[in-house]
Amino acid sequence: MFDRQTPHEAIVVRRTQESDTIFSLGLRFSDDELNQQYRFQPGQFNMLYVFGIGEVPISIVSDPQSTDEVIHTIRTVGRVTRVLEKLKPGDRLGIRGPFGRGWPLASLQHRDILVVTGGLGCAPSVSIINYIMRRRQQFGRMAIIQGVKHSEDLIWRERYKEWMQLDNTQVLLAADVASHGWPWHVGLVTELLPQLDLDVSQAATMMCGPEMMMLATAKQLLEKRASAQNIWLSMERNMQCAVGLCGHCQYGPDFICKDGPVFSYADVQDRLPRRNI
Amino acid sequence: MGDLLQRPRVAVHKFSSCDGCQLAFLNLGEDLLSFSQQLDIIFFAEAGMMDTAQDIDIAFVEGSISTAKDAQRIRNIREHSHYLITIGACATAGGLQALRNIAKTDDWVQAIYTNPEHIDTLDKASPIREHVAVDFELWGCPINKQQLIGLINNLSLGALPFEETDKLCMQCKRQQQACVMVTKGSPCMGPLTRTGCGALCPSFGRDCYACYGPAENINGEALARRFEGIGLLPEQIHNRFHAIYSNEAAFQISPIGNKKS
Amino acid sequence: MSFRGFLLRDHFDTLLTALHKLGAHCVGPTVMDDSIHYTTLTSSTQLPQQVHDHQGPGHYRLSTSTESRWFAWANGAQALKPLVFVPQEILWRSERDSEGNLQFSNSKQEPPLTAVIGVRACDLAALALQDQHFLDGLEQDSAYARRRQQLILIAVNCTHPSANCFCHSSGDGPEVKQDYDLLLDELDDGFAVRSASPMGEKICQQLQLEALTNSQQDEIKHANLRAIEQQTKHLPEGNLEQALKNLQGSGRWQQIAERCLSCGNCTAVCPSCFCHSQHDEPAANSMSSAHIRQWDSCFSHGHSYIHGMVIHNETRFRYRQWLTHKFSGWFEQYGRSGCVGCGRCITWCPVGIDVTEELHALAEEYDNV
Repeated sequence: MFDRQTPHEAIVVRRTQESDTIFSLGLRFSDDELNQQYRFQPGQFNMLYVFGIGEVPISIVSDPQSTDEVIHTIRTVGRVTRVLEKLKPGDRLGIRGPFGRGWPLASLQHRDILVVTGGLGCAPSVSIINYIMRRRQQFGRMAIIQGVKHSEDLIWRERYKEWMQLDNTQVLLAADVASHGWPWHVGLVTELLPQLDLDVSQAATMMCGPEMMMLATAKQLLEKRASAQNIWLSMERNMQCAVGLCGHCQYGPDFICKDGPVFSYADVQDRLPRRNI
Repeated sequence: MGDLLQRPRVAVHKFSSCDGCQLAFLNLGEDLLSFSQQLDIIFFAEAGMMDTAQDIDIAFVEGSISTAKDAQRIRNIREHSHYLITIGACATAGGLQALRNIAKTDDWVQAIYTNPEHIDTLDKASPIREHVAVDFELWGCPINKQQLIGLINNLSLGALPFEETDKLCMQCKRQQQACVMVTKGSPCMGPLTRTGCGALCPSFGRDCYACYGPAENINGEALARRFEGIGLLPEQIHNRFHAIYSNEAAFQISPIGNKKS
Repeated sequence: MSFRGFLLRDHFDTLLTALHKLGAHCVGPTVMDDSIHYTTLTSSTQLPQQVHDHQGPGHYRLSTSTESRWFAWANGAQALKPLVFVPQEILWRSERDSEGNLQFSNSKQEPPLTAVIGVRACDLAALALQDQHFLDGLEQDSAYARRRQQLILIAVNCTHPSANCFCHSSGDGPEVKQDYDLLLDELDDGFAVRSASPMGEKICQQLQLEALTNSQQDEIKHANLRAIEQQTKHLPEGNLEQALKNLQGSGRWQQIAERCLSCGNCTAVCPSCFCHSQHDEPAANSMSSAHIRQWDSCFSHGHSYIHGMVIHNETRFRYRQWLTHKFSGWFEQYGRSGCVGCGRCITWCPVGIDVTEELHALAEEYDNV
């Protein structure tokens, strides 16, 4: 494993604007040896460094077996992401990573999968959806529930529509507030759970998004006899060192950067109901 | 890199103020030479260069708005500026002269001036943000050169600087200063004041008087009670809170609140 | 460890000489800015002479006394923490050339061998906690590790606990039991010396030590018992780890928040608190930048900031985070409480919030539920 406490130079090889505020950057290390050495799991994240400005934790959405580029989907929100947004192919930045515990790939094989996502461009769930879609035969039925606040916030509409056509695959979309012409559900993601074509008590569920959304969903799944060990959540807090030293991502007795970001519901159910932890 | 400001055009404007914050530019020393190669200084009030009707990348604004003319001028500046940055307590929070906001303007004008009819003033001295959108505020009375350097370097890299909102105590302790309140019973405003000065006063053994303005999430009532405990009279406590930042809601604490008579 | 002998007060400077001979930079307690600070020590005359401390919640004063001893005080605001986990340092630098290529480098500079004289049991307990955090985790903190391995620890048993001390209750003092090179017990005319490491032995060999008498040994025992008896504060009995987990919704947090300044002084002086933030400081030419880390606090806004929101947006959540982590979360993370009973957070809280008082109130609430 190479030094994860000092950045390595990387080059932007691709930039895609996903929506008004969301963009993706495909990155390659300048040192080709690093491209060969670098390995990650879906659900892990990198610290991206912009020269002179600082670092920001960003989930990796590309496939772990692709060594061409490491793709990050980013929402413009703070001082670092505002500069990241302006980067073009050929520009340089720094990468440290990968960090954290990703999705439990080993325990997902041949099982039915439910992915529940709330909010804008939830990159951790994108990573696992992409991973499964590329290896569809290794898994059972697949259901994706995606919720957004406003219908305009939904990105990758075309991708969702494509997935809707696939066998053994169900895609349910919801918007809290929908503009005219939104063909899908208006309301909360939890209201879509009864429509699922899979047995949630046997499926592995992976979630990402607002904590109260994940809590409400997990509670409903438990009522349907799902086990807390089979529900997985990607958590989020401030991260600066990414190796469990700086103390910012404390979540009860866990450091999200190293003990997470993916936790089983069983691990966090004592804390999840309380805001401001 | 994308939006790097290439040789940005800079202006320094002045409203009601003592000019002390502009001096931070002149105090840059060697860095001023380096910046003068990176920046085009189009207009600098203190240095006497006058050229107003041009488009500007970074407009620094010193001073508070006290007259209708000021209010019009700041709108013009905003229209011509990509970034508008306030420098110092007056532009950012109204400053010392905002103390007059507590009193009745007419009474004072009548009492002070021999020919009050010549005085044309707004009812209060107000910060720039009450008139136009501000991109970034540099707090301090006066600001210092480190703030300016940080700001210019960040803008030239395409970002706004990190905003200092921590309590002064954090910087004071990083510098290993002994707390003057705990060791001497001095009425230090550090627990309410934002960092940025380098904990200058405590490093000379004296109490902070809040010249960098309120930090985030402060508890003025608790500190005022503590001041009472170490022997300050209500009026003294009032004066501690109402020196430079009387106009800031965070420093208008009950029971010594900022009451308009 | 058994005693190696007795070092006469008049010979104390031979200890400094021995340390200098080993190439060590000596650091010890001196009176500065009305309190006891650890600074460079070249002579025993710099040690606190005829000085007593008086500590209370939010209160610290030094007074002169007829005291002939040099270590007749309880600790000041800091001891070891700033020497290993320094308040501000550069983690790495980046350089950019005219083409936009970036290069990263970090300092591998060896810090000087540093002997710290006057370390107390609470300080050593806290150092062991910081070692666990910075050295035994997923990845070592290299800046901390480099400084840590250059430390020579010369402890002095505490005989004058302050009114805020509760190290006996936390189980960390007042007697030093481990993790030192040399241990001194101060008596009127000198110091009993114990050694617990090869480095300690090496130093002992340079010292002119007399035999220690039985009555001196008795005096040392009694001094330790007196130091225990003098401690009036203590932690509540019972399972704090569980109590705090259950009391996250307590109204007590809001009551504390009405007094708390959220200023972070408690975390800065706490010898086990390890939180730090990172930021960049670009140079004026925009061609190089320093990536800096500095002490942060769970009482700051930046500590729990994520994309446009602050999780601990009110003081009650910040105090709850601090207390719950220190007295509950630490058990799961490090196998024990994060508190070593040094009482610094009580002394140096500008408004005198007493952590033991808050814990007693919370424990009582837990017992009554």
